[in-house]
Amino acid sequence: MRSALKWGLAAGLIAMSMGTASAKDTLTIGQTLEPPGLDPTAGAAAPIRYITYTNLYEGLVRVMQDGSVQPLLAESWTVSDDQKTYTFTLRQGVKFHDGSSFDCSNVKFSYERAVAPDSTNAQKGLFEPIEKTECPDAATAVVTLKRPTSNFLFNMAWGDAVMMSPDSVADNKTNPVGTGPFKFKEWVKGDKVVLEKNPDYWGTAAKLSQVTFKFISDPSAAAAAIQAGDVDAFTSFQAPELVNRFQNDANLQVEIGSTSGKVVLALNNARKPFDDVRVRQALAHAIDRKSVAEGTYSGFGAPIGSHYTPIEPGYVDLNDAYAYDPAKAKELLQAAGVPDGFEMTIQLPPPTYARRGGEIIAAMLAEVGIRANLVPLEFPQWLEQVFRGSDFDATIINHAEARDLDIYARDKYYFNYQNPEYKALYKAFTEASSEEQQMDLLGQLQRKLSADEPNVFLYAFPKIGVWNKKVKGLWVNMPVPADDVTQAYWEE
Amino acid sequence: MISFISGRLLSLMVTTLVASIVVFMLMQVLPGDPALIILGMNAEPETVAALHRQLGFDQPMWLRYLQWIGGFFVGDFGTSITYSVPISELLGPRIMVTVPLALMSMLISIFGAIVIGVYAAANRGKIGDTIAMGIAQIGVAIPNFWLALLLILLFALKLLWFPASGFSGWDDGIWNGLRSLVLPALALGLPLAAILGRVTRSAVIETLGEDFIRTARAKGLSRSAALWKHAVPNALIPVVTIVGLQFSFLLAGTIIIENVFNLPGIGRLVFQAIAQRDLVTVQSLVTLLAASVIIVNFVVDLVYGYLDPRLSNGGH
Repeated sequence: MRSALKWGLAAGLIAMSMGTASAKDTLTIGQTLEPPGLDPTAGAAAPIRYITYTNLYEGLVRVMQDGSVQPLLAESWTVSDDQKTYTFTLRQGVKFHDGSSFDCSNVKFSYERAVAPDSTNAQKGLFEPIEKTECPDAATAVVTLKRPTSNFLFNMAWGDAVMMSPDSVADNKTNPVGTGPFKFKEWVKGDKVVLEKNPDYWGTAAKLSQVTFKFISDPSAAAAAIQAGDVDAFTSFQAPELVNRFQNDANLQVEIGSTSGKVVLALNNARKPFDDVRVRQALAHAIDRKSVAEGTYSGFGAPIGSHYTPIEPGYVDLNDAYAYDPAKAKELLQAAGVPDGFEMTIQLPPPTYARRGGEIIAAMLAEVGIRANLVPLEFPQWLEQVFRGSDFDATIINHAEARDLDIYARDKYYFNYQNPEYKALYKAFTEASSEEQQMDLLGQLQRKLSADEPNVFLYAFPKIGVWNKKVKGLWVNMPVPADDVTQAYWEE
Repeated sequence: MISFISGRLLSLMVTTLVASIVVFMLMQVLPGDPALIILGMNAEPETVAALHRQLGFDQPMWLRYLQWIGGFFVGDFGTSITYSVPISELLGPRIMVTVPLALMSMLISIFGAIVIGVYAAANRGKIGDTIAMGIAQIGVAIPNFWLALLLILLFALKLLWFPASGFSGWDDGIWNGLRSLVLPALALGLPLAAILGRVTRSAVIETLGEDFIRTARAKGLSRSAALWKHAVPNALIPVVTIVGLQFSFLLAGTIIIENVFNLPGIGRLVFQAIAQRDLVTVQSLVTLLAASVIIVNFVVDLVYGYLDPRLSNGGH
């Protein structure tokens, strides 16, 4: 018994040392949250996209780290003069991980499924402009839109618009089948998802043979795991206060980037006194956004002046529009007829940026006579009461969706901003035919929001990446939720 | 004995059923819509409605309860809303983490308690007693999650003896699996050992003062023989009672400790399911946990009967 144990241990040690000696082509990435499934067409959770976007599933087009849209399963495309017909030339010889071939029928299937009446695609709105998808031949897909939609290609690059095979669609949540350079290997629930290299990939093969996404929700446990080398990278680390620990570690590299998330103090524009633009502007002047970013996220997030982030094309810097100026805020409150301030409630979902941000903002508002009561809410409660019920004065939330200027043009959205001019501008933007015109209108939209200040725009949600210095090819910025490891590798 | 057991079994069934109704009702009144959580902040109302239909939320409440509890009795715990897989499938691998963890913590608690309790009782009033009870006092006062962090700092980050977090899985070898569970089991078990140790001490001291111990000593038994052969076994009833009660603390503790150590066990599953409003999973897990507490207390009752035959002979 004793000698058996000894031999067992010896064998184990040999196996371990052999594992570290050979050249490293596997990567373990730590992730705060486990995804609820691995089907990006069946849920909005970002962790689904971190694991699957371009690694496992591919769409006709994709978003690159710089925010640009590039061809993926579509080799090229042409757009008709009326901006309503997109003709995609599809890549040939593409196979799904289950061996079936990819052709136009998959495009038709995927898009029609997303717009169907019983569709549960979380971003169904992206597909709404699609009138029909046709297949003149297997390698050509013709998508006809109901009206010109200038950001259509970007929308089809979202994780929600990936190509799926009808045979695997029922099981994609637990056994995903895509066309990407990695295929699904296993999912140990509560622990990790493992992807392995797809040997039959149509394009440039992945450099790694295996990628493991390991789920560690506790920030101190996450920090310990990366310092101990249990995980090689934490691409979206959630505890900014622990970052300086890594900066002193010779093995680790810290890369602070940005996501397309916008942290805002959202205001209920339908409720008094927030229906008065002067009150909203007063709030903007009363809040020192730089200090809020400093206090909630160690200053890693860049302050923003509108509902748009610096990493997205067409960004206009509007940070000077509302300088921190309590005196000006008081003047505006006086002009709005509330010289003595008022009492308001700020509903706070659980993330630190909201809870801590609420305390900092409440202290700043007190300076100008506004008494803010803080009400912490659990996230499901927040969704029910604030988001669906629109029953709130103010809240702090990260609008994580990329380029979501459309939410201010909706007839019904929780912060109740209704402005015909903005709606007209947004319509002009979606119908813009040239890139130049598009960029110009993007600027106008941002300026309009800054002038109206329906919400107080705070800062762009940062992406804190921590990884082993030898790991290369990971994203620093994250224009869409993704953890693209298709080009990641270990430096010798 | 048979009527004692069958009576207990019946009350076990009824208690579990009542617990299931309470849990089901709680989950109905809890604010938060799982469909909204799944679909996020860009979902249109009609998409949410489509998902509601898919999840069967358009059916009346009583029907959903009967369907769920009916399946429960034939071992079908329902399908997780979040993961879309049968809950029994989620449960299997997680039981393999939580049950060994609970057993290890229980063993640590019992062994630690007997060692420290009997030692303190045997040295009553001496310096050893004071030190042992001082340590136990600290153990009672330290919350398990904080002890967990201290253990990680010392044994995982400084000494590198054990992994800081995570569970490598039993496929990786029993030794590796156990290694990942040592620190969490200590964090859970030591505070319980401290409480149990104090109970053991007073129980042993009490029995040491009984006449039969004096008789045993008068008969010529040595001090330690009288202690281990007569005093300790007779002091076990209050200790077993506390062990039974500690089991529910242990289950509650796993929710915290599994999160701190990032262990893929039942406790973390419960935590995640509540956060994601995975109603069916929460209902089934909480009912199962309630049933396991009830069963453990049932076993404790049986052990009483064994330790003290007077209890099972009609005298309740």
